[in-house]
Amino acid sequence: MARVAGVDIPANKRVEISLRYIYGIGPNISRKILDQTGVDPNIRVKDLSDEDLIKIREAIDKECKVEGDLRREVTFNIKRLIEIGSYRGLRHRRGLPVHGQRTKTNARTKRGPKRTVAGRGRRRGMTKK
Amino acid sequence: MGRSTKKGPFVDAKLMKKVSALKASGGKAVIKTWARSSMVVPDMLNLTLAIHDGRRHVPIYITENMVGHKLGEFVPTRTYRGHVRSEKSTRKK
Repeated sequence: MARVAGVDIPANKRVEISLRYIYGIGPNISRKILDQTGVDPNIRVKDLSDEDLIKIREAIDKECKVEGDLRREVTFNIKRLIEIGSYRGLRHRRGLPVHGQRTKTNARTKRGPKRTVAGRGRRRGMTKK
Repeated sequence: MGRSTKKGPFVDAKLMKKVSALKASGGKAVIKTWARSSMVVPDMLNLTLAIHDGRRHVPIYITENMVGHKLGEFVPTRTYRGHVRSEKSTRKK
């Protein structure tokens, strides 16, 4: 087990996969970092040499915003949208989807578990006469 | 897909004319506009624009954070005051 970027401890998987356990690092950035440091993406994290690990850490520190910093940036962006009174901010405030998805059905990720409403469901999906 | 940077931001020409005229005269009038698709540019900072919502012109004071958004984003066009509470659910309460 190794510590990269603060708290994260990726397991004994391939480095390429393991790095993705860090918030803010996906397939793309993981690849980029390994390319840059010249570390073989197929090697397991436990077999990494200390120098390689340090190189990876430095590359992440320099190149990208991860974990707490990134999370803070995201919440700050949302706060900004809410403060300026924009439509997107309003959707965030109401806990509804922001990108124009339908809310007649679905949108459960954002709206949370179903709450039963009286009179709903009987006519679902049908057009009014 | 986003707008090509080559073109620059879309700002309604008529609105821009009014904005620069007001800036030049230094007055404090509210500018009425229908140009909801127009981008907020730094020239509009600290002005009050009355943006059309389909019915009325809603006055919006432009602040620094709003730059880069479209005017229409700040004035919703739909009215929704929630669903009617049915008798059953009110009685339960």
